[in-house]
Amino acid sequence: MRSNGNNLVLRFWQVLLLVGMFVAWHVLTVPGIVPPFYFDDPHKAPFFFGEPLKVLSRIWDWFIGGEIYRHLWVTLIETLLAFIIGTVFGVAIGIWLALAPLASAICDPYVKALNAMPRVILAPIFFVWFGLGMASKVALGVTLVFFIVFFNVYQGVREVSPVVLANARMLGASRGQLLRYVYLPSAMSWVFASLHNSVGLAFVGAVVGEYLGSSEGVGYLIHQAEGVFDINTVFAGILVLTAFALALDMVVTLVEKKLLVWQPRGGETERI
Amino acid sequence: MTPALVLERITCTFVSRQDRSKRYTAVRETTLVVAPGEFVSVVGPTGCGKSTLLNIAAGLLQPSAGEVRVVGERLIGTNTKAGYLFQSDALMPWRNAIDNITAGLEFRGISKEAARAQGEEWLKRVGLSGFGDRYPHQLSGGMRKRISLAQTLILSPQILLMDEPFSALDVQTRQLMENELLELWSADRKSVVFITHDLEEAIALADRVVVLSAGPETHPIGEYRIDILRPRDVAEVRLTPRFLELHAEIWHAMKDEVLKGYAQQRQ
Repeated sequence: MRSNGNNLVLRFWQVLLLVGMFVAWHVLTVPGIVPPFYFDDPHKAPFFFGEPLKVLSRIWDWFIGGEIYRHLWVTLIETLLAFIIGTVFGVAIGIWLALAPLASAICDPYVKALNAMPRVILAPIFFVWFGLGMASKVALGVTLVFFIVFFNVYQGVREVSPVVLANARMLGASRGQLLRYVYLPSAMSWVFASLHNSVGLAFVGAVVGEYLGSSEGVGYLIHQAEGVFDINTVFAGILVLTAFALALDMVVTLVEKKLLVWQPRGGETERI
Repeated sequence: MTPALVLERITCTFVSRQDRSKRYTAVRETTLVVAPGEFVSVVGPTGCGKSTLLNIAAGLLQPSAGEVRVVGERLIGTNTKAGYLFQSDALMPWRNAIDNITAGLEFRGISKEAARAQGEEWLKRVGLSGFGDRYPHQLSGGMRKRISLAQTLILSPQILLMDEPFSALDVQTRQLMENELLELWSADRKSVVFITHDLEEAIALADRVVVLSAGPETHPIGEYRIDILRPRDVAEVRLTPRFLELHAEIWHAMKDEVLKGYAQQRQ
């Protein structure tokens, strides 16, 4: 009961903070409410920072008019594809390198170099290779997701308990079965641990790709608006993206809870 | 009768990976013969290479010299006729109790339903029916050991290799588990190699106790037949005169080695 009450109080303050920020934004940008104190012209503040009411009405129009759904859908599909493809490659190559010490030793400097490279810079190359459609955004997201998953899987396979492994061998597991029943589940637990990160980066890849060149997606909307100095639409796009990312993160949390039932969690451990 | 397990003149030398001139001979010229249905306990001071010997018998480790024969046949690769109960937790943490028990059946390609039915049977036999859907972290140490035991015995191996399986348990749970083990064992008399550093446990359980010297270059220094009648209760058997007599005799032989092992560890 008490914690429920505390939760409500917490929520109240959180909402109040949000409202407060919007009010401050409104007061500081709409011409004529406070005298200009930084810009010489009262219309410069809304030009640079937008006006919350216009931003919100833009978002309203998007959802009522239905214009936004197509773009959100494109961004979502790009994110999911980047996440899935990046994860599959990361898991496959991570397991392979973890189980092949020689190949791992040979590839080591290249893996480090590729990971150190700022991968957003690959976008122009992907545009040339895959065109301005979805494929280039997915490719960009894949390069971001791959390394997170790869390093986690590599670590996961390396850290499989030798006793669990020996036990599985004594129970008659063949090499393939060890891979499927021991290495893979162990690696997957590490992948799930980094789920928030990898989904987040897939999203970053999709949006940045759209922003750099595309004809669809929320990143494209923002880019278009920026081209005509429509700062309100830029902010509207950012808000929609933020809400979208939060929703995505909540879905990930749900999936995580379902998939990692076997892992002990603080306070949840039940001993009989 | 062909012995169930023969370790013949086994030597096992480890070479340091960094410096190939640094070697450590854990086991030297050790011969151990286990008859079908015989329960052999192997005792020795800590760090004397008992586990090395067991890993060689399991085929998890290749000896530097010597030969392992399982029911007359030379062992190549892992020992498929043997079940292994490890000292530490060996359950797959991502599988619940029943799926852990049936893992071996699954590896052998037995259908899910058949495996599950057998698994439930074994869950009951180790006193944990109703706990099938618990994950290892939700079970106590003793329960996890029971699951491990069921996981191994469900494949009905001819030979059971046990590496201090109960050393991590508290005394009461340990005695319960020892009695349970004897009960399960007496049902179909497998050959058992039971490794322990606890002499009382060794005598209470076994038909024969083999004493190993302190490491390095561990080798057997004595063998004692335990002529205490079965069925035994491990808690009660410790109070019988014959037990105390055997204990005194074996301890006398072991004492110097234990002190040697202790001195080495303190260095």
